[in-house]
Amino acid sequence: MTGQRSYPEEATAGFPEPPRTFTDREDREIRIEAVDEDALEDIAAMYVAFDPADRAQGIPPAGEERVHDWLDVIFDEGLNVAAYHGDDVAGHATLVPDVPEDDGEMAHELAIFVLQTYQRAGIGRELLETLLGYGATQGVERVWLTVERWNSAAMGLYRDVGFDTCGTESFEVEMSLTLDTE
Amino acid sequence: MGGCERDEPGETTLGWPGMGASMRVLLGLAGSQESMRALERTVERAVDAGDDLTIAVMQKEDMKRSSDEIVELAREVTDEYGIDAEVRVLEGEPGPTLVDVAEREGFDELAIGGGTESPMGKIRLGPVTEFVLLNATMSVRLVR
Repeated sequence: MTGQRSYPEEATAGFPEPPRTFTDREDREIRIEAVDEDALEDIAAMYVAFDPADRAQGIPPAGEERVHDWLDVIFDEGLNVAAYHGDDVAGHATLVPDVPEDDGEMAHELAIFVLQTYQRAGIGRELLETLLGYGATQGVERVWLTVERWNSAAMGLYRDVGFDTCGTESFEVEMSLTLDTE
Repeated sequence: MGGCERDEPGETTLGWPGMGASMRVLLGLAGSQESMRALERTVERAVDAGDDLTIAVMQKEDMKRSSDEIVELAREVTDEYGIDAEVRVLEGEPGPTLVDVAEREGFDELAIGGGTESPMGKIRLGPVTEFVLLNATMSVRLVR
């Protein structure tokens, strides 16, 4: 990616840090933790069970092998949090470093996935906020993401936590956020 | 592949009626990494399928390579594969110009790069791809 993306001038602060527990709208107790390679197998199982209809822009990939290849990269380079319901993974959110090609500024690309049976219960928002809180403690300042133009629910959520739209020239809308790392 | 027909005993024909006829393919290039990949794969495929290939080099403001360089690269690749493809430089906005030329000149298929990947592995389609997909009246090949 190029370094031309714009970020909000004002940094956003106050995101919660992992670990934390909350009750979702279906009365389930959900725990959000920062995770590393040790959690990869459980998270891979969530993605293997993922409904292909909820796939966005080619991810998650299909089939166990491709899911593993994809997660290997994400866990090798990125910051990850997962939402657990008991031992089951209900969702996963990640910040993957975006190493600038030219002299662009270092940034992280964000994505969140919530397993179908756990959607519409507020877990996505908690995952998002906790990932941003975790990112801030790890020195992440610039975050961007893309979302399909027709996904207004997701765009509303991102806007709500502080993302601004910074690119709308094709099928995906690009949004960015500046994190307060103080 | 569906619709397999066996013409003669012992001879298997894969495909559909008329498949043997070569197609006229217009490949649009804009010098990006995805374009270069599309070039190699489309030329390779044109050789296998016996397609009649025309390569259109587009002009974009943020191009990393000049159109002369891209023409040069296109010639190198077509020479390497031993096919005779016309290479031309098109002025104007890439998406609209490609669709216009393809339709006006009756091409059977328009081939373009199929997007880039974000650090996360998300597929990203640019505005040229979007314009082509929504406006082309012929088949479009997105090369990945």
